[in-house]
Amino acid sequence: MITGNYKTRYQDDESIWNNWAKRWGFALSIVFLVVFPFVADNYMLLLAGQIAIFIIAVAGLNVLVGYTGLMSLGHGAFFAIGAYTAVAIHHEWPGTFPLITLVVSILVAAAFGVLFGLPALRVKGLYLAVATLSANFIVLFFIREHWFEEWTGGVRGTETPNAVFFGVELVSQQAKYFMIAPIMVIMLLFAQNLFRTRFGRALIAIRDKDYSAEIMGISLYSYKLKSFAISAGYCGAAGCLWAYFFPAILPEDFGLNMSITLLVCLVAGGMGRTLGPIFGTMLILLVPEMLKVIVSMVTDGDAMAQRYFSPMRDIVFGLMIIGFLIFEPMGLVNIWDRFWRFLSRWPFAK
Amino acid sequence: MLTVKDAELSFGGIKALDQVSFEARSGEITAIIGPNGAGKTSLFNIISGFYRPQRGQILFDNTDITRMRADKRANLGIARTFQNLALFRGMTVLDNIKLGGHIRLRSGFWTSGWFYGSAQREELALRAQIERDVIDFLELDHIRNAPVAILPYGLQKRVELGRALAMQPNVLLLDEPVAGMNREETEDMARFILDIQERWGTTILLVEHDMGMVMDLANQVVVLNFGRQIASGSADSVQHNPAVIEAYLGTKATQEASLQAS
Ligand SMILES: Nc1ncnc2c1ncn2[C@@H]1O[C@H](COP(=O)(O)OP(=O)(O)OP(=O)(O)O)[C@@H](O)[C@H]1O
Ligand SMILES: [Mg+2]
Repeated sequence: MITGNYKTRYQDDESIWNNWAKRWGFALSIVFLVVFPFVADNYMLLLAGQIAIFIIAVAGLNVLVGYTGLMSLGHGAFFAIGAYTAVAIHHEWPGTFPLITLVVSILVAAAFGVLFGLPALRVKGLYLAVATLSANFIVLFFIREHWFEEWTGGVRGTETPNAVFFGVELVSQQAKYFMIAPIMVIMLLFAQNLFRTRFGRALIAIRDKDYSAEIMGISLYSYKLKSFAISAGYCGAAGCLWAYFFPAILPEDFGLNMSITLLVCLVAGGMGRTLGPIFGTMLILLVPEMLKVIVSMVTDGDAMAQRYFSPMRDIVFGLMIIGFLIFEPMGLVNIWDRFWRFLSRWPFAK
Repeated sequence: MLTVKDAELSFGGIKALDQVSFEARSGEITAIIGPNGAGKTSLFNIISGFYRPQRGQILFDNTDITRMRADKRANLGIARTFQNLALFRGMTVLDNIKLGGHIRLRSGFWTSGWFYGSAQREELALRAQIERDVIDFLELDHIRNAPVAILPYGLQKRVELGRALAMQPNVLLLDEPVAGMNREETEDMARFILDIQERWGTTILLVEHDMGMVMDLANQVVVLNFGRQIASGSADSVQHNPAVIEAYLGTKATQEASLQAS
């Protein structure tokens, strides 16, 4: 039985870490994040960096889809804008301080978010999903266009710069990890804070009952656009880090495929929840890797057998996602919640 | 305080409101009554800004607000509850009520996201004020952290009143606050409404079918029938107005006729 959730000041009740389980959970996660790069090999660091970047983007999508209740199939485009903004900045001003690049990427992506969010003022649900779809094609069209080739590399893609902090170039996977992980933590905390205060509450209100929100004095126009801006800004940050993390990027990396992957991560993890993007992204990015390992163990390096087993990987992965939608539509966080409910009542009830 | 002048609203061929004029005087309770489909909710909808009347005006303290956006009217202090509950179902009671404080708080996304500093100060002040003026007042202490979706209907109605109260409104529109409630819940609600009027001097507009409650609470009664305003005045005078008796008996008579026919 977990008890002791007893407080004597509103301040304690209103704090993020309002019980010991959350406090310890957070502390342990930080310890893990700090220790991990020292024990992981390069392959694991590569995966970890990729996951951390995706978590930022999915957390951004969560602001819009999970908390504001607006659908988007275009967030891969904002990711692309972040990545190419970073490349373009370094093309013009090599050696720009990485945090400045990050902020500019966020702002540029946010501006495009507002632009592509305009349909949200008129339509909702599936219609909005279709309207945002166009972002993928429009943005990638301009990235491939040869007028911009000098900055984007056009269809052939472009090499990307490394981050340089005060003369120290971040080259190794490990060094890059130390830039990405803290930014992820800060951005997750920012999102978490947002949704327990005035601004985020207004977004949730719009999701739950838009006309009631209006009666409370919440301007649907401005809040919906701000929600688009914030969520696109998160994807822009992810894009910028992506450009720093990988040696080169291609327009194809970011299209509709990425938009859908982001959405799948969010749904698998749980929409409108802080931990949703973290769980969902880890699941969706780690399972294919594990399947790869399993396949290579089963086939034992036999090239012929691998040819047959590789397509199975995709099928298993696809079935897993479908199974998820059917059996756990609220996402992984729901399993987590059930576990804690069980623990907090134990041994008195199930 | 709030004046409706010659308001007219139609949906296609249906006239939901036709030449409705009255003034809700400051600090008084004005009841709007009428048979089903008379246009009571439509009247609230033009006052709170969901619909624009095709003709006529709505004045708040002598300023014309007929064309003002719904969310701007909250800043003037116009609050309402809905006939069918319109709570934020994914939130707790406390969060629902906190939304009533939205207009009074200032923090934008930046200060909200960093939390420590002005956002925290504001949130704590809001919490203290809500605890005092809403949660204690409406006796919601035991359920403040419950998700609203699991509460019984009567309590949900009370939470919705609490959310409107948290706006510290000048004008409060209550659309059938006791519909579907049992005797005890109805009496509690009537007591809360009188307490609100007494404690904050709020101007209240009340749509209600429970005639006993209307006669007890209202300083003034406006009667609608098929969108037309057929009477207005004190509870007593309206009760004995032949047009009103006709409207109510008329609907009763047709109801009975249709019952017999079936
Ligand atoms: N959005 C709408 N579209 C079309 N017709 C509408 C709309 N809203 C209301 N009406 C019509 O306007 C008339 C008045 O409806 P209203 O809801 O205002 O009645 P009411 O007095 O609140 O009735 P009740 O006591 O049943 O709540 C009804 O005939 C209704 O069908
Ligand atoms: Mg009605």
